[in-house]
Amino acid sequence: MSKYVVRRLLQMIPVILGTMFLIFAMVFALPGDPTAGKCGERPCSEAYIAKYYEENNLNDPLPLRYVKYLGQVAQGDLGENQYEVPVAQDLEQRYQVTGKLALMAVGFEVVIGIAAGILSGMRKGRFVDNLVLVSTLVVISIPIFVIGAVGQYFLGVRLGWFPVTVSGDATVYQLLLPAMVLGSLSIAYVARLTRTNLSENLRSDYVRTATAKGLTRSRTVGLHALRNSMIPVVTFVGYDFGALLGGAIVTERIFNIQGVGGYIFRGIQTRDGVAVVGAVTALVIVYLFVNLLVDLLYGFLDPRISHD
Amino acid sequence: MTDTTTKTKPSGHTYEPVDGRLLDVEDLHVEFHTEEGVARAINGVSFHLDQGESLAILGESGSGKSVTAQAIMGILDMPPAVIPQGSIRYCGQDLLTMPDEQRRHVRGPEISIIFQDALSSLNPVFPVGWQIAEMFRTHRGMNKSDALDQAVRLMERVQIPAARDRVKAYPHQFSGGMRQRIMIAMAIALDPAVLIADEPTTALDVTVQAQIMSLLQELQEERQMGLILITHDLGVVADVADRIAVMYAGRLVEKANVDELYASPAHPYTRGLLESIPRLDQKGQTLAAIGGLPPNLMRIPPGCAFNPRCRMARDVCRTDVPPLREVAPGRLSACHFAEEVLDA
Repeated sequence: MSKYVVRRLLQMIPVILGTMFLIFAMVFALPGDPTAGKCGERPCSEAYIAKYYEENNLNDPLPLRYVKYLGQVAQGDLGENQYEVPVAQDLEQRYQVTGKLALMAVGFEVVIGIAAGILSGMRKGRFVDNLVLVSTLVVISIPIFVIGAVGQYFLGVRLGWFPVTVSGDATVYQLLLPAMVLGSLSIAYVARLTRTNLSENLRSDYVRTATAKGLTRSRTVGLHALRNSMIPVVTFVGYDFGALLGGAIVTERIFNIQGVGGYIFRGIQTRDGVAVVGAVTALVIVYLFVNLLVDLLYGFLDPRISHD
Repeated sequence: MTDTTTKTKPSGHTYEPVDGRLLDVEDLHVEFHTEEGVARAINGVSFHLDQGESLAILGESGSGKSVTAQAIMGILDMPPAVIPQGSIRYCGQDLLTMPDEQRRHVRGPEISIIFQDALSSLNPVFPVGWQIAEMFRTHRGMNKSDALDQAVRLMERVQIPAARDRVKAYPHQFSGGMRQRIMIAMAIALDPAVLIADEPTTALDVTVQAQIMSLLQELQEERQMGLILITHDLGVVADVADRIAVMYAGRLVEKANVDELYASPAHPYTRGLLESIPRLDQKGQTLAAIGGLPPNLMRIPPGCAFNPRCRMARDVCRTDVPPLREVAPGRLSACHFAEEVLDA
């Protein structure tokens, strides 16, 4: 087990270095002059440009620049963005918002998705089941920007139940509606995944055994069948959480959330290479760790999977 | 260690047999209502089981023997299964009209069952000891550690080596024979009065089969359980069972004591089954087999259900259903020409 974790952690090193290099190469291959917007309306002076290029190692060949950048990152310095704010400081702020939003979205997925899945899985072919199937199909078919805008207009503007936009503080209350919108697609998937697995497991031999043991229906379904049905659901939710931590550009834009997604998007738009590389690197590391956690959790849920 | 566990040992059963009679199944019918039509899986089956007795129910797949077991246990999925007629009385109480909650307390402490495939019948994500202990926790309200002690005791009883070390292992970490022993431990945990073994050895190697059968026999004698052994294997039956009921297309076609049935079958189907056992003294000969296939339960042929496969079939067999009748003292057969079969 601990051997497995160490091996996985060691495997992360080449993955992180590789993805960082790719992002680094791609971002700096983009056309554009990093000093173009530095001096207001006028072009910058020769001396300033030379100094800027020197300070940012822009005269070096790409591999050397990459190595220098790595040395800088190893000291915990992700560099400064074009407004001369440390990228690490930006990310720290934005990850608080994105993390909160992702956790809340996953919370909705788990609570609403699994509950709906259990209800329909236990009553396959009946009214509740059809209701869940149709409503999840509707959610799956509608693009998220439509759900977001419609939800914002009706629940926020017309009914006034939720705040319409999110302030810089991003309180839990303000994030309720965005989290529901962000989680809606996955709620639908979780509901369907739970339903399919549960109804399949309810027909399994070990559920028949549980019934023959004289267990209550709630113990048979809620423990014996559900525990087995949760294995694929937990996998899905775990990877989804990892993806959500990468930011949600569309939802962030609709609700004016200052998250990681928007940060990367604006970084790409304004050719802010330092910000993009720093943010994506952080994102890759977070995603790898979430993946590792999911894989470990998977082993706990299903004893047949061994991490030795 | 055993001192604490014996205190909590169950004292007895909620139900007491009347004149040693445990189970009385009468005119049982089971149908499966599916989209393609109605499959009549059991068509009027009657039998009884006494304390300490072993009854074997013999038949091919699809003959309704497992459905009978599941109907007694009350674990049929209803729907699609429907029981339009009949009664299953346990110690005088009709299980079919019993409220669900009351019937749940019969499953496990009073009547329990062992299934064919122990790997799929045990829950893959819970330790085996936990699964056995669940019986004590559910029906005896025992705490976790006492129940686990009981599980260890049972695992030792069914001869699982190093039971105390393996109580936390998972089903996939055991061999097929060991898994079936765990199933048995679970089934006998609460000292049931009736044990149903539904093809308990079919999924196992021949050598392991013999070990499991002798374990079952031993436990039955030790605890004086009524045992219903469901099988298609005549060889398995011979040593263990007192009486045999042969099933075909949802009906009992013959009932007899084991020895008499083996000596002289009173139904052509039973005779066919006996002839199809490979024998050591008939080397090099073609093995006799019953021609044809068991009938589709949605379209059971009129008359005797066995008539399309019967060498003796005559006109009356294609029109009239033969009743199960006494054809010799203690011998019941549902064949119009049972006497001819007996004399042959």
